[in-house]
Amino acid sequence: MPAGAKRYLLAAIFAAVLTSVFSAHFNRYYLGISIDIAINIILAVSLNLINGHTGQFSLGHAGFMAVGAYTAASLTWLMSAASQSPFLSALLFAISLLAGGALAAGAGLAVGVPSLRLRGDYLAIVTLGFGEIIRVFLQTTDTLSRKAGGDGIIARMFENMGGASGMKGIATLTNLGWSWALAAITVFVVAALVNSTYGRGFIAVHDDEVAAGAMGINPTRYKVTAFVIGAFFAGVAGGLYAHHKQFLSPSGFDFMRSIDIVVMVILGGMGRTAGVIVAAIVLTVLPELLRGFAEYRMIIYSLLIIALMMARPQGLFTFGKRTVRT
Amino acid sequence: MSGALLELDRATIQFGGLTAVSELTLNVRADELVGLIGPNGAGKTTAFNLITGVYQPTGGSIRFNSHPTAGLKPHDLTRLGIARTFQNIRLFASMSVFDNVRTAVQLHRPHGIVNALWRGRRFREGERAVETQVMELLDVFNLSRFREDDAKCLPYGDQRRLEIARALATQPKLLLLDEPAAGMNPTEKLELMKTIRLVKDKFRIAVLLVEHDMQVVMGICQRIAVLDYGIKIAEGTPEEIRRNPKVIEAYLGEPKAA
Repeated sequence: MPAGAKRYLLAAIFAAVLTSVFSAHFNRYYLGISIDIAINIILAVSLNLINGHTGQFSLGHAGFMAVGAYTAASLTWLMSAASQSPFLSALLFAISLLAGGALAAGAGLAVGVPSLRLRGDYLAIVTLGFGEIIRVFLQTTDTLSRKAGGDGIIARMFENMGGASGMKGIATLTNLGWSWALAAITVFVVAALVNSTYGRGFIAVHDDEVAAGAMGINPTRYKVTAFVIGAFFAGVAGGLYAHHKQFLSPSGFDFMRSIDIVVMVILGGMGRTAGVIVAAIVLTVLPELLRGFAEYRMIIYSLLIIALMMARPQGLFTFGKRTVRT
Repeated sequence: MSGALLELDRATIQFGGLTAVSELTLNVRADELVGLIGPNGAGKTTAFNLITGVYQPTGGSIRFNSHPTAGLKPHDLTRLGIARTFQNIRLFASMSVFDNVRTAVQLHRPHGIVNALWRGRRFREGERAVETQVMELLDVFNLSRFREDDAKCLPYGDQRRLEIARALATQPKLLLLDEPAAGMNPTEKLELMKTIRLVKDKFRIAVLLVEHDMQVVMGICQRIAVLDYGIKIAEGTPEEIRRNPKVIEAYLGEPKAA
């Protein structure tokens, strides 16, 4: 990572916001895909910190995303009355995204502390279970609120989440600026962390936990840190997603959603940020390009992924050296 | 005994019914080079794992620098000043030689996660200081020319030395070497003995060496303890150990009654 990385970050955010100003002139379909890409970059790059750099195997990213999505959407719904001026609504949106990320990070901590003693398959199963718990919980929000009765703010919030039929009427607040600026921040945070002496600890845990411990690195601490940071950004991505699609359904955060993100990380070459970004772009655009094939679309998509995996099991974009010096 | 850096007081560990190390009492002073030897399966590596916190003793106690080490994890002990190498080399395979050492230096780095994200002056100065430390260490071990190479691509002897350099990067008071001569040819062994002497003289730390190879142990250790079936059967200078009938018996078997 070059010395002036912070300047690149600011430039990227500025460019994203500036482009966003003119987005009214863009084709709405392409605009939507562009935002999808940014959201997927956030998801894939943050999962890459856990699965790639730190070498854990989490299947719970969709669960963290769901936590962030429902939290942020509920907050903007609660505060909708206050959001008359564009500045105020932007501020509220920022707070909602942050809160969604924070709650997801809290969930990451709660899941991570007990389960990160587990390795490989076992951790995958626990995180998978976590994702399912979140999804099933979200399916029952309407019943829960009816059972609890009353018309308190919590009950109304749960009612609004809509249970299995989904949460409707979420304000459209996500635009090019928000999504790409946050994608840039995610990339910066993950790259800056990993490319520091501190961050070598993540890779040390990935390479050899016992040796890492012998070097004074607390493996559990690094794993939990990676998990919490990854979950935070998944939550932020969820908030963006909610205010982009305007509709949330629990089934949209199922196990397959997590797998989609894992595939981006693997295809990008575990632990290679640049590769993972390209994979996130490719795997967002590919299903769109295949729309012409109508009902065969997902079959062809799956076949393409199988072919890619067979051709380049080490990841699509793994040419250079993995480690970049600061 | 006071004044000792590492004190094992009747340290014992049992796995089920098997007593792997039984009432081992051993002291290492701050500037000593002590060897721990014994036939295969004598419990040397287990003793090592007790000292480094991989296992917890089921009896007796271990004190390091007057701290009881019971309940401490390996990374806590490293923080206290115990560094180690591994019998089967355990370098960070996906990192360069430089980064292997850099990872170990971080125990004493002044900047953390917030600085790494902010990338301010404190971070840049910290990283520069780390780099200087790493390069100094690599220079001592003649490894600086490999700095950008993958650690796993180094020749065997150099990997061993890199492991020692990495352990020293944690700035230990005691260095534990687990069979450093394993799999080395005679030239590499001589090279290794030179390295260990250099470590002791230059860094002024205690070294505890678990070793199979008599030539190495006898050549450099000031004091040797011998384990057999988990029990210390002898302790003394290399000369004493060489002549000790119990040791000869443990290694060569009982002399046949003629």
